[in-house]
Amino acid sequence: MAILEIDNVNKTFGGLRALWEVNLKVEEGAVHAIIGPNGAGKSTLLNCLVGRLAPDTGRVIFAGREVLGHKPHEINQMGIARVFQTPEIFEDLTLLDNVMIPAMAKRDGSFRLNAWRRVAARAELREEAEQILEDVGLAEQRHVVCSALSRGDKRRLEMAMCLIQHPRLLLLDEPTAGMSRADTNATIDLLKKIGERGITKIIIEHDMHVVFSLASRISVLARGTFIAEGKPDEIKGNPKVQEAYLGGAQA
Amino acid sequence: MFAKTARGDWLLFAIFTAVVLAAPILFAPIGAGYPDLLQKFAIYGLFAIGFNILFGLTGYLSFGHAAFLGVGSYATVWMFKLLSMNVLPAVVVSVVLAGLFALLIGYVSLRRSGIYFSILTLAFAEMSYKLAYSVLTPITNGETGLQVRNLAKAGVVNFQHGDLRILDRAFGVVEHGVPMSNLFGIKMSGWPGFYFCAAALIIGFFIAMRISRSSFGMMLRAIKSNQNRLNYTGVNTRPYLLAAFVISGMYAGMAGALLAVTDPLAGAERMQWTASGEVVLMTIMGGAGTLLGPVLGASVIKYFENIFSAINENVLHQVFSWLPQGVQDVVVSILSLFVGEGWHLTLGLLFMLIVIFLPGGLMEGLGRIVSLFKRGKAASDAAQNGQEA
Ligand SMILES: Nc1ncnc2c1ncn2[C@@H]1O[C@H](COP(=O)(O)OP(=O)(O)OP(=O)(O)O)[C@@H](O)[C@H]1O
Ligand SMILES: [Mg+2]
Repeated sequence: MAILEIDNVNKTFGGLRALWEVNLKVEEGAVHAIIGPNGAGKSTLLNCLVGRLAPDTGRVIFAGREVLGHKPHEINQMGIARVFQTPEIFEDLTLLDNVMIPAMAKRDGSFRLNAWRRVAARAELREEAEQILEDVGLAEQRHVVCSALSRGDKRRLEMAMCLIQHPRLLLLDEPTAGMSRADTNATIDLLKKIGERGITKIIIEHDMHVVFSLASRISVLARGTFIAEGKPDEIKGNPKVQEAYLGGAQA
Repeated sequence: MFAKTARGDWLLFAIFTAVVLAAPILFAPIGAGYPDLLQKFAIYGLFAIGFNILFGLTGYLSFGHAAFLGVGSYATVWMFKLLSMNVLPAVVVSVVLAGLFALLIGYVSLRRSGIYFSILTLAFAEMSYKLAYSVLTPITNGETGLQVRNLAKAGVVNFQHGDLRILDRAFGVVEHGVPMSNLFGIKMSGWPGFYFCAAALIIGFFIAMRISRSSFGMMLRAIKSNQNRLNYTGVNTRPYLLAAFVISGMYAGMAGALLAVTDPLAGAERMQWTASGEVVLMTIMGGAGTLLGPVLGASVIKYFENIFSAINENVLHQVFSWLPQGVQDVVVSILSLFVGEGWHLTLGLLFMLIVIFLPGGLMEGLGRIVSLFKRGKAASDAAQNGQEA
């Protein structure tokens, strides 16, 4: 069953057609990769999904509910979490705080005035937070302030911040961009591991190694519209894709 | 300096309480051991603690908090006029009213962030200030200011004819001369006045400490750090901000009430933008986002204001009487720019120095001294260990 259905979404910036008649179905439990050249509209599509941008027309149905028109926090509460292309974390808080905040948002909902009890006394939150840092391999640095982290660690932290919420759909915008080979492989392993938790994932990625290691399905976006979709093998052999993307990228 | 554990907090609170209660003795050596000045420390300290809950934690800079200070003062004097010279009902009503007023202003202003938020709060406060002078004169008594009068003979409240004080009448309180605010008979002047303010400061500090360590406090810090991320994390930031705004407005209302408790008078100038600016200076100078910083900043500013604004040209001439007449005149005419009415010039310089050299405020300065001391100790310990080995 499709957990996410994007139906005829259009988005223009001035005269630029960033998204043109975009349709996509993402199956529950799938790892769905979206690939495409720079400026194809991949991030724009994610922005429409999380409420950062409002598309001009179209519908987006997530788990039976319309997503468009909802605020970002409402969409997150529906179960969609996102890792951004440039890490969005709480730079001047510690790693532990960074993961406790989304855990709190999950438990307390979008607003709850809990102004008296010490956060430190919420043992269940703390345990959960330490566990997730353990999972992504950042446990030792839990009391470090985030601005001191490397870019790769920031990405991993942001992933932990999303995972601690047990989202139903996780959106990853180039999760390994700018990472070393080793870090990239670690990220692939991490994503495989969380695959076991049954979280549906949409991954935008330029690195074909990452795409072909993880994706169960691939869609190709070029100039704002999907030009091909299929299993990894089918996409590899598709001449249209070669022309629009793979050929250019590998040259 | 203090670990953020429950024990560390209790220790901090115990020390804070002890220092505030012993302030009359502790501050005597620097000439500040008298109630009029110490209660100013306490009142403005409370104002700044509340302001810091908004500005220090969320980073939203309000330039209109004096409006809530004014509301608190007016409400208190009105309660003195209508209900009783007992301070308790007055203080409660002031805090509630300031909170409601903050809810209104905050609801509108928080639709914007950054500089636009600051400008909106400033605009609201200036509107309140102007209204107090014009349309609202029946409530504020305009330029004369709102004052407590003797009991009215007839049952009408009128600026000319005296006050109502329903409760005091009902309980048959007899008034002699100028009515004084009191706490069940204890007059709120002199030391009792200071200790009432001190109690408010201590309670206010405790509440701020709890908020700062709570889930709510953590959300507020997250707003300051990355509001965008917080939204995509499922948090509706607006009500958190509004709650912080209202709470800080209530602190300001309390401070305004205490100003009227210790001197039963309320004027519109209390709402002017200079007063809003002053609490910003106090908080930044002491250390925004820290627990002790705001109180420290408020005390330092009020202390220096007290010293510098009391100096005039005559005093300067006396101090520099040892200089030859011509030189003396030049020195005095330069220095007199910085004292008396010109004290704000000194304040500006002081503020500039602190912001440039200690961006974290006086608390950062203290932190540096402590860590120097610690490092010195660690070094000497190491040296000792080295000798032993
Ligand atoms: N907020 C915006 N305003 C105007 N134009 C925009 C905006 N966001 C994106 N665009 C334009 O829309 C097009 C698609 O951008 P988008 O960021 O979605 O590409 P992308 O596929 O994510 O590319 P990349 O691989 O480089 O991240 C680009 O031409 C971009 O310049
Ligand atoms: Mg992109």
